[in-house]
Amino acid sequence: MAIAIVDYGMGNLHSVSKAVERLGVEALVTGDRAEIMKADGIILPGVGAFGDAMEHLRESGLGDVMKEAAAAKRPLLGICLGMQLLFGSSEEHGQHDGLGILPGKVIRFADGDYKVPHMGWNRLEFLQKDNPLLAGLAEGHVYFVHSYHVLPEVKSDLIAVTDYGQPITAIVGRGSVYGMQFHPEKSGELGMELLGQFLKLCAERKNDHSLEQSQH
Amino acid sequence: MLAKRIIPCLDVKDGRVVKGVNFENLRDAGDPVELAALYDREGADELVFLDISASVEGRQTMVEVVRKTAGEIAIPFTVGGGISQVDDMKRILRAGADKIGINTAAVLNPQLIADGARRFGSQCIVVAVDAKYNEAWGEWEVYTHGGRKASGIHALEWVRKAEALGAGEILLTSMDADGTKDGFDISLTSAVADAIRIPVIASGGAGTKDDFVEVFTKGKADAGLAATIFHYKEISIPELKLDLKLKGVEIR
Repeated sequence: MAIAIVDYGMGNLHSVSKAVERLGVEALVTGDRAEIMKADGIILPGVGAFGDAMEHLRESGLGDVMKEAAAAKRPLLGICLGMQLLFGSSEEHGQHDGLGILPGKVIRFADGDYKVPHMGWNRLEFLQKDNPLLAGLAEGHVYFVHSYHVLPEVKSDLIAVTDYGQPITAIVGRGSVYGMQFHPEKSGELGMELLGQFLKLCAERKNDHSLEQSQH
Repeated sequence: MLAKRIIPCLDVKDGRVVKGVNFENLRDAGDPVELAALYDREGADELVFLDISASVEGRQTMVEVVRKTAGEIAIPFTVGGGISQVDDMKRILRAGADKIGINTAAVLNPQLIADGARRFGSQCIVVAVDAKYNEAWGEWEVYTHGGRKASGIHALEWVRKAEALGAGEILLTSMDADGTKDGFDISLTSAVADAIRIPVIASGGAGTKDDFVEVFTKGKADAGLAATIFHYKEISIPELKLDLKLKGVEIR
């Protein structure tokens, strides 16, 4: 099994790919459409500004590849900015269109008593305990670093939240598409478990798929 | 609510951990990568590497240590020591570190804070401050060059300026408390925490588990950092975290 880590010139991919490898799965850091579509799962990482990231995704054509992968029900996980990019739009430094794979928008934390960026270990609250991504896991702390957060339009897309003055979107998912606002690769044991769950879903899909093919 | 963080600090020289480390279950106690992985397993929330190499070769070795560490641990880590340019920051961050610590270089050239924050984001820039009480002033003074030079700058003024320039966090070391094991400098820590809105990592003086309770409550610190008491197992991180939890401190 191999996971494609999408390289579109934003952020550090080393930690994510090493985390996948530590879980015993091959990680392929790539910006090549064929390689991405051939992989058993896709991770869209990202650190930096939303507008820059979308520009990179558009110029490289990788934004379309992400949409194509989602439509083909490829397991896709967006991490941090990578999760935000899955949504319709962001107000980070102006208005920007996102990939629109999931409905919703990215907004700035309101000014108030809470420090921005939201940085540090915060506790996950599971809203969908029966979601396959959370199977067998207990709620705990994970590591966040972000100044903008996601408001999903569809409530059932929200899998887990964290409390930072208000409930903040932490994990989203619909079908084979998932997103994590925190960094699972920097979130200790629970982070590695969550990443491991995603890899497990990729493996299950691969097996179902090869089973179907052998029956035909 | 954010959890309070426990941060072991590793002094690294030419790619090796210095200030002896006393762990039986390590194959190589001088290997920073192996020690970092152990602290991750034990529940440390973050790590700080302080590079005390004096040579160019030593600094190159540090980049390699960072790259290997990033592949082995699943918690964030900061690298400080001898970083004086945006290019140095870039090299370390690209190797996989999450944050950069700057100390003397920031005092000599405060613009470095702003440049780093603009380029990599405030969350990457940790300004380390070594402070010592100045009797004549009745206030704390900033020291540079590893605590050897008095700067003439008031610590509370400096942390406010660092925040305004874009620092994401302050790593505050009390030179008065450092090495005493008599507890963190609570008055310094709480004065700094009251002066700014960015998180404060308290360092220097930790000797017991209760010292951490105190610095998180009375000291208003967001994180507590220590070196030898963790390296020598005088305090075990799992026990410390359990103790903090029992005392009502929000902990991972």
